[in-house]
Amino acid sequence: MEGFIKVVRKIFRNPVSFVGVLLVAFFIVIAVFAPLFAPPQYPSNPYMMPQSGLSAVPMPPSAQHIFGTTQGQYDIYYGVIWGTRTAFKVGIVVIGLALIIGIFIGTMAAYFGGWLDELLMRLTDIFLAFPFFVGVIVVITILGPGITNVMWALVIFYWMTYARLIRGSMLEIKENQYVMAAVALGTPGATIITRHLIPNSIFPVIIQASMDMATIPLTAAALSFLGLGAPVGYADWGQLVAFSRNWIITPSGGNPFTYWYTIFFPSITIVLYALGWNLLGDTLRDILDPRMLI
Amino acid sequence: MRRLLLLPVTILGLTLLIFLFMSALSPYQLLSTYVSNPRQLQGGAAKTLIKQYGLDKPFYIKYVNYLDQIIHGNLGWSVTLNEPVTETIVQRFPATIELAIYAIIPIIFIGIWLGVVAAVHHNGFIDQILRVVALIGYSVPAFVLGLVLLFIFYGVLGWLPPGRLGLSFDMIYNSPVFHHYTGLVTIDALLNGRIWMFLDAIKHLIDPVITLSFLSWAGLLRITRSSMLESLGQDYVRTARAKGLSENVVINKHARRNALIPATTVAGLMFIGILGGVVITETIFNFPGIGSLMAQASEQLDYATVLGLTLVYGLVTVIGNLIVDVSYALIDPRVRLG
Repeated sequence: MEGFIKVVRKIFRNPVSFVGVLLVAFFIVIAVFAPLFAPPQYPSNPYMMPQSGLSAVPMPPSAQHIFGTTQGQYDIYYGVIWGTRTAFKVGIVVIGLALIIGIFIGTMAAYFGGWLDELLMRLTDIFLAFPFFVGVIVVITILGPGITNVMWALVIFYWMTYARLIRGSMLEIKENQYVMAAVALGTPGATIITRHLIPNSIFPVIIQASMDMATIPLTAAALSFLGLGAPVGYADWGQLVAFSRNWIITPSGGNPFTYWYTIFFPSITIVLYALGWNLLGDTLRDILDPRMLI
Repeated sequence: MRRLLLLPVTILGLTLLIFLFMSALSPYQLLSTYVSNPRQLQGGAAKTLIKQYGLDKPFYIKYVNYLDQIIHGNLGWSVTLNEPVTETIVQRFPATIELAIYAIIPIIFIGIWLGVVAAVHHNGFIDQILRVVALIGYSVPAFVLGLVLLFIFYGVLGWLPPGRLGLSFDMIYNSPVFHHYTGLVTIDALLNGRIWMFLDAIKHLIDPVITLSFLSWAGLLRITRSSMLESLGQDYVRTARAKGLSENVVINKHARRNALIPATTVAGLMFIGILGGVVITETIFNFPGIGSLMAQASEQLDYATVLGLTLVYGLVTVIGNLIVDVSYALIDPRVRLG
């Protein structure tokens, strides 16, 4: 509790960190109250963006569509609001599952050591042998596109980061005298792990996870941008950006700024969202990781 | 030495993992990864072929067969491109390497320079500004930055078109008169004495290079900054200052040289990372390397190409990482590889 108060006080002292917290809070509010900000037209499937008409040409912002519409008449405002929910959903599910797998494998490797450590770390090496994005694409190619498969693919190729972090920091913690004392007292292994080892070695993982709340949803968005992620019409930032592509880069001879809104609103949302989490993660690193303070 | 011994283990594991992914596909989908000519699939041949390639056999026999295929350099037949996967990859790899080489240069110079500046002004105004700029750099994804650049420099100004070469130069490049020495357009153009073609290739490289380097220089800045701060706190830096050396000499000669060691390693890893990270950038700019090939093949469910490319990517990453590790030990005698 004392540590938590210290963290909060430090965040409020640094204006840059404060902006980060504000941005994250702003997006959390949007995600939680999405049905209030943009009432869904299909309540059974609110993630599908409502379509008004079938005209291929995007429409500029109006009273009815305050951010305008994309090609195919999807409302950009609706996509941005519910896309925030998609981003949080992807981030929380993927990072949550990857954390569980990573912490389990990292803890096993660090606590038991020996051949188990060797085996688990070689396994980690094999998964790390693929560039992250390439690995994810392979899994999606085999499983087929769709937001659920994207999340699985991200988990399969992301747990290694956490496993390595927790193993490294736990190996250090393990050498402490209070751990030896616990062992000498005959404390059961499970208690040592849950009471002493995990709580003391979790900080680098928390920092990484908060940075990843920016990276992981953006990777999912990038996949949607390539047409490998969410299905057409699903509220997803990457898809909105992909929709704008044909309208802003064809030098048609007309005014290139005619369709500015198709790229502007989704992009600014993506950048602000990622910036918020990165600022927060950076602040946490300053506070929690003394090595970065030099 | 230990790492060298582990290399075959990792590579074997890599092939096993790809093989596991393949096992999720049906024998008919898999046939494309084995045949080397589509005519082999005509008529009722598919069934016979499944038998012939042992696709109905238990998994360990299939795995040995798979290893046999890749050792002979056969990665299967690309259904969408109508040519052997190996040939496609060999053809398109140089474009990606060229892109990565041009992208790593600004990353190294800007990243290291700004990192040193940030460390020297530790916690000062410049340091804070650079911190925010670096975080903004982290926060702009490639597909947004790439599209915005394409919008400005192509849509609005019409200066920097997508692709690798303009239409007329592309015809020269593919004609028999043009000698392909390296596969890198810029270098080949110079060797062939075609200066305009060289300039055209550079023009096509600017946008993707900016996109790729923008994603990575911030990371290098951070590493350089923290290792620079560490070496500024070392005894030999204090000794140098005590000797009365000028601040310039202390920073550039004593501190920076040692701070560069981790930075070089990270730059090496970044180069490998760029090779893997080009998928989005190449797709946006229609750049014909292996990244855009990956995205295309995946979208069209061209299993053979995707799996073959994954294997190539895996091998490049594993061997690249090993080279970086070993050179780290060579540069820094304090590091002894366990």
